[in-house]
Amino acid sequence: MKHSTRWLTTAGAVAAASALVLSGCSASGNSAPSDDSASGDLTPVTLQLQWVAQAQFAGYYAAVDQGYYEDEGLDVTIAEGGADIVPQDVLASGDVDYAISWVPKVLGSIEQGANITDVAQIFERSATTQISFKDKNITTPADLAGKNVGSWGYGNEWELFAGMQKSGVEVGDINLVQQAFDMNAFLAGDIDAAQAMTYNEYAQVLETINPDTGELYQPDELNVIDWNDEGTAMLQDAIWANTDKLADDEAYADQTVAFIKASIKGWIYAAQNPEDAATIVADAGSALPAGHQLWMTNEVSKLIFPSTNGVGLIDEAAWANTVDIAMNTKNETGGTIITTDPPETAYSNEYVQKALDELTADGVDVMGADWTPIDVTLQEGGE
Amino acid sequence: MTQAGSVRTAPARAGVASRGRSWLGQGMPRRILVGALGVLALALFWELYIFFGPADGVIVGGITVLPRASEMAMPHLWVMLERVLEPVTGGANAIPMWQAVLEASLFTLGIAAVGWIVGVTVGLALALLMQRFKLAESAILPWIILSQTVPLIALAPLVRRWGAQIEFGAFTWENWMSVALIASYLAFFPVSIGALKGLGSPDANHVDLMHCYAVGWWKTLWRLRLPASVGYLLPALRLAAASAVIGSVVAEVSIGLRGGIGRLIVEYAGAAGSDPGKPWAPIFGSVLVGLVAAGFVGLVSLFLRRFRRGEVAS
Repeated sequence: MKHSTRWLTTAGAVAAASALVLSGCSASGNSAPSDDSASGDLTPVTLQLQWVAQAQFAGYYAAVDQGYYEDEGLDVTIAEGGADIVPQDVLASGDVDYAISWVPKVLGSIEQGANITDVAQIFERSATTQISFKDKNITTPADLAGKNVGSWGYGNEWELFAGMQKSGVEVGDINLVQQAFDMNAFLAGDIDAAQAMTYNEYAQVLETINPDTGELYQPDELNVIDWNDEGTAMLQDAIWANTDKLADDEAYADQTVAFIKASIKGWIYAAQNPEDAATIVADAGSALPAGHQLWMTNEVSKLIFPSTNGVGLIDEAAWANTVDIAMNTKNETGGTIITTDPPETAYSNEYVQKALDELTADGVDVMGADWTPIDVTLQEGGE
Repeated sequence: MTQAGSVRTAPARAGVASRGRSWLGQGMPRRILVGALGVLALALFWELYIFFGPADGVIVGGITVLPRASEMAMPHLWVMLERVLEPVTGGANAIPMWQAVLEASLFTLGIAAVGWIVGVTVGLALALLMQRFKLAESAILPWIILSQTVPLIALAPLVRRWGAQIEFGAFTWENWMSVALIASYLAFFPVSIGALKGLGSPDANHVDLMHCYAVGWWKTLWRLRLPASVGYLLPALRLAAASAVIGSVVAEVSIGLRGGIGRLIVEYAGAAGSDPGKPWAPIFGSVLVGLVAAGFVGLVSLFLRRFRRGEVAS
């Protein structure tokens, strides 16, 4: 008797614990976003991002939120990226309809057989910079020689290497330091010149208190090497589509035009309403602090507007420059991104041009010539 | 109830049961005390290092051997604690940090639990198969060991991709299932190895005795092998729980699943400089998940304690 009551108590405790665990699990099942209800005659479309939800992708989230995709007959699901998710591979394997990725990263995948096409070059300018404190006196790539230079690697290092090579600095002349997600190594002085995206890490530094002054670090305390100015900028966030389907599937080709059109409208919305766009991204699940999110929205808009030829149109000179760097810049092991010219199908202006024409006909300003960024005042911790 | 019956037929283990009782008796408060002291000692060490440690760390030959004791690298415990009580962001409807971390912890715990259950089931099934058929052992065992050499970063995108193609009827594969599957992939290994060892652990003369009684394999399994395997199984289950938790957190980051501890760790990492207490909150969350998982296995071992003749490291 004694045995069985104890047995019962133990069993009860185990059951209670499993119930707790399982309830946590079922809650997770419910919170997973699966919105199939809104789709009527809409075509389901999935977009693969290259990282988790954040304002870097504000235009796409805004286009979903504002119903721009729906207006074009598309029911768009945005799939977030992860540390090991390679958007171009996911696209090439046919799991998603479109993907966002950097051109140099995809060029390597294309050479290895991925059959995908850059159909809209959303970011016209590069956001990658190399930042350093003023006292290090690093104002040009030539000054990097002999310094501790940070880079995230994994394809983020090519603009840096190209800029150095252009100034006669070999990769062996610097001490290349692997950079983490945070800027602590830079702030602590382990890295003299750190890689920083204008829309993210640069702001992270400006959100930190300078122990010497007791106030936030100020832009005038930093030297910034901007690869756009050095001529070694490479094309970044672009919309990629499946090459074979573009050629064979007319519906997919039309849908691509519609997708680009709505995406551009989303980006225009984000540029004109940065506060609202930042809120949309936060509601979509980004946990970045509000001030940082707004900064990011504003900064990515600067990469798009004012546009030289119309948002998304691939500039042939910029493309050629990116390909040239991809073929001729050597990394620390002597390798290059690609060894031969990419195929003609690697990019196409056909679809974005159609989208731009339709937008212009609708009276949408796709140049943003008078667009001006807002002033975002950063606070400690990005609040 | 059959289990309770089988328990009664094992009088030889009364000694173990009485030891279990004393463990609950005066042993328990002492254990809690020692555990609390351990945590306190760790906290004290942390603070002492911040106080006495060199601000720039200790660098020998260009390699940092002791970390910096700066506020950014090692925030004070009260900074972390304070941060946990504050809202996540300055937004008007922001929830307190502890709540966000707790929710994420529950999410990850749920996934890890599913992964653990699947992993344990598969591990036990494989062990039984290998115990029953010698041929199965020589065929499967090398693969089980090989399976653990596949790096997670190679596995995670594949699992997600295959999962995305699974769809029958009302069932669609969700991303959290991929994470649970990866967790189970890590969790099944110690269980299968531990259980196989345990099932083979009875003395030859005990097995011979069963043969003499002309008892079948199933009955031998139930009366002799399973009870004997408990000592090997429990540490394996604990190891599996730890693997499932780590697997869940890492796989969340790897495939980009939202809602769990892994995502929080990534998202808060950027604040390491400007808000040093923030990145620590999800780390404590994952410690919490690990503790709950270990506690759960502790309950299981309570349940099996009269079979435990001393645990054997697997």
